[in-house]
Amino acid sequence: MATDLGAIEAQLNQAFPGAVIDRDGDWLVIEASRLPTVAQYLRDEMGYDWLTHLSASDYPDRFEVVYNLYSSRPDQQGPGIPFKVRVPDKANPHVPSLTSIWKSADFQEREVWDMFGIRFDGHPNLKRILLWEGFAGHPLRKDWHEPYYEQEHKPFPSRWPHAQQPKPRSAEERVRWRANVQYPQGFDPDQWKPVPEIDVLPAAKIDLNGLETDQVYVNIGPQHPSTHGVLRMIVGLNGETVTSIYPVLGHLHRNHEKIGERNLWTGIIPYTDRLDYVCPMYNNFGYVVAVERLMGQEVPERAEYLRVIMGELTRVINHLLAIGFQFNELGAMFTPMIYAFTEREHVLDLFEEASGARMMVNYYRFGGVARDVSDDWLKRCRKVVDRLDRKIDEFDTMLSDNEIFIARARGVGAMSWQEMVNYGVTGPVLRSAGLKYDIRKVEPYSIYDTFDFEVPTFETGDIYDRYRQRMAEARESVKILRQALDRIPARGPIQAGKKPWNPKVPAGELYSRVEHPKGELGFYLVSDGGTNPYRYHVRSPSFVNLGALEAMSVGHLFADAIVILGSIDITLGEVDR
Amino acid sequence: MFGIGLLKGLSVTMRHFIESYLYDRKPWEPRYHEEWLRKRQSVEGKGLFTIQYPEQKRKISEHFRFLPMLVYDETPDKPRCTACGVCARVCPPQCIWIQRATDEKGRPQARPAGFWIDTTICMSCGFCAEFCPFDAIKMNQEHEIPTSDRDRDMFYSLEKLLVPVEYYAKLHPSDYAAEQQERQAKQEARKQEA
Repeated sequence: MATDLGAIEAQLNQAFPGAVIDRDGDWLVIEASRLPTVAQYLRDEMGYDWLTHLSASDYPDRFEVVYNLYSSRPDQQGPGIPFKVRVPDKANPHVPSLTSIWKSADFQEREVWDMFGIRFDGHPNLKRILLWEGFAGHPLRKDWHEPYYEQEHKPFPSRWPHAQQPKPRSAEERVRWRANVQYPQGFDPDQWKPVPEIDVLPAAKIDLNGLETDQVYVNIGPQHPSTHGVLRMIVGLNGETVTSIYPVLGHLHRNHEKIGERNLWTGIIPYTDRLDYVCPMYNNFGYVVAVERLMGQEVPERAEYLRVIMGELTRVINHLLAIGFQFNELGAMFTPMIYAFTEREHVLDLFEEASGARMMVNYYRFGGVARDVSDDWLKRCRKVVDRLDRKIDEFDTMLSDNEIFIARARGVGAMSWQEMVNYGVTGPVLRSAGLKYDIRKVEPYSIYDTFDFEVPTFETGDIYDRYRQRMAEARESVKILRQALDRIPARGPIQAGKKPWNPKVPAGELYSRVEHPKGELGFYLVSDGGTNPYRYHVRSPSFVNLGALEAMSVGHLFADAIVILGSIDITLGEVDR
Repeated sequence: MFGIGLLKGLSVTMRHFIESYLYDRKPWEPRYHEEWLRKRQSVEGKGLFTIQYPEQKRKISEHFRFLPMLVYDETPDKPRCTACGVCARVCPPQCIWIQRATDEKGRPQARPAGFWIDTTICMSCGFCAEFCPFDAIKMNQEHEIPTSDRDRDMFYSLEKLLVPVEYYAKLHPSDYAAEQQERQAKQEARKQEA
C-alpha cells in the first residue's frame, strides 16, 4: 500500500547527500534549508508534481511542517511521499516557502502562519487568512487558550460527579466584548485602528489606453446572494474585465481543529458534520476511515455497504445541488435549484430514518455505523435511487442543450489539468479538465475496489465541462448504489466488537484521504496514545480549490467570475473551518 | 437549430407546472387533503412537493433526535439514571452537568441530585443516549421550543428533563421494544443461572 519510501530516500540521498536527515515512521525528515531544491527535484525529476496537503504541528521542543506529495503520472498515482521539516527554533520559527514550486502552497502556508506563527521565507503575501490581521496569538499552538478556558482536554472535571448548578451564561455575555474577549497585554480598544486593506491589493493605478486611471475594486460579500455563503471577494476591474480577485476568508471560522484537538476521538464525529454541511455523511466517512487506519480497525461487511450507500447518496445530491446553484448564478433563478432540492428531500428523509437527523447525521462510528437500517429502508432507498436516475435524465433534458447556458459556459473558466494540479485542485473540477484521478480508484478505501464503475473525464475544464462532469459522476454513483443495494448482506453485525465511548488510539501519525464529492478530503492526525488527538487537521477540498479561483477568473467578465466561483462548488463551512 | 435546446428545457418546466395542478388535485375536495399530502411527498410523487407549515406538518421519523430527556420507570423521584457520568464525559460540547446524590454520611448514591443540560449548547448528536449503559437518557423529539428568555427556558434542570417511560415508548416504539426484549432475555439468563 505505501510507497517504497526506502527507495525514494536512497534516490534523494544520492542526489542531495545529507538532505534527508531522518526517518520518522512513514515520514521522511528533510533539512529545512534544502527544502526548495529537494522539492523541485521531486517535482521535476521524480514526477511527484502534486502538493495536496501542507500543515504543521506543535511539539514541546519543535514545530514540524508536514507535506504530502502525490503524483499525477498514471504509473505513480496512488500512495505519495509524506515528508516533514523540523523547526527547533520555537521563538522565531521560519521555513522556506514552496509557493514558487507549487501554487497550492499559497493558501495552506498562509493558514500555517495564521494558526502556528511559522514564517515562510519567500511567500509573496504572508498574511493571516482565516483570522483577521491584529489577532493576538496563534491559536493552534498548544500554549494558546481561549476565553473561559477550563482544561487542556475534554471531558472537563467540572461536569461530573460534583457539578455545581452552572450559572446560565446569556448569549450576550458570550459574544459581547466582556469577559470572553482576551486582550493582548497593553492593548487599548479605544486606540485600535484597523489595518488598512488597500495594501493587500495590487497597484492602485492602471494604464488604460495611454490614460492613467484608478483601479476600480468591487467588494462582493460577505453577504451576497451569489457567493455560496459568507465569502468576501475583492474584485479588481478593468472596465468589465476581472484583473484580480482577492478572497477574504474566515467569516465562518470557529477553529474546528482546536475544538477537535481538545475533544475525545469519538466527540469529533458530530463536529465533522458541520464542515461541509451539504455532504455530512462523507465528512464522517473521511474522518472515521482516517482513525480506523490509525487503529487498524476492521469493519463488518454490512456496515461497509451502508457506508458506501450513504456516501454515494451524498455524492448524487451534492452534484445535483451544485448544478442547481450553478444555474442560480447564471441567472436561471431558482427553478433548477428547487428541482434539485426536491430530490435532496427524498435522500434526507432516508438519512433521517437511518441516523436520526437530516443534516447533522453523526452516523459513522469507528468500526461500524450508528444504527442498522430496516428492510423497508432498503426498499425505499432503491426507489429513491431509481427516482434519482430518472431525475438526472430530466436535468439532462432540461439543461444540457440550453443555448443560453452553452453560450455563457463554453470556454469560461477553462484551465489545463497540469495547471490545476499545480494549484492542488482536486475532484470533479480537475477531472473535467482531463486527468483521470479518483481516490476511490487509485488508493481504494472501504470496499470501493469491489464495485464496477468508471471515472468519467472531459477535455477542457470549462464551466460546461464541469457541469457535464458532475452529471456523469452522479450517474456513476447511481451505478454504485444499485450494485451496493443488490449485494448488501441481508443480516449481519454493523459494529465490530463493542462500541467504546472513549477508544484508545495507538500513538502514530498519518495523513489519510478520501474522495469527497468536492475533491480530496484529507485528515492529518497525530496521536500520542491518549484519549484525544494531539494534532487534528482537515485538508478540505473547497479551501484548496478556492486558491485557483483568481487564475481561473482573470480575463473574464465580472458576471462570469461569479459563475466560475459557483462551478468550483465550495462550501464555506469547510473553507473557513 | 438555435432555440431547440431551450424549448426542450422549457417543456420540462411546463410539465412540472401542469403536474402541480393535475397530479393529485380533485376540485371538489379541500385544497390540502391529508391523502394528497402523503401521495405527493412519496417517492413516486410528481406534483407540488411543498406543504403549508405550520398548519400541515410532516410525520417525523421515530428515530429522529433533538434534545436529551431522562426516563423514569414509576415515579419521578426514582429515575433510571445512576449518575455514572458517561453522558457528561462523552458529550462533545460538554453541555451536561451532573451532581451525584449523597446520603447523610456523605457516601455517594446511585442517583443524581442535580442534572442540568444547557440546550443552547447541545448539538443534538445523540451520543449521551447512545452510550448510556442504563437506558436512562434518551432523545426527545419535541423540536418546536421557541421562547422569549433563553436564560430561563433553555437551561433544563432535572424536573424539566424527566419523562415517564410511557412517553419514551410512544416516541421510539421499536427501540423500546428491542430494549424490553433484551432486558427480558437477560433476566431469563440470570434465572437459569440461579
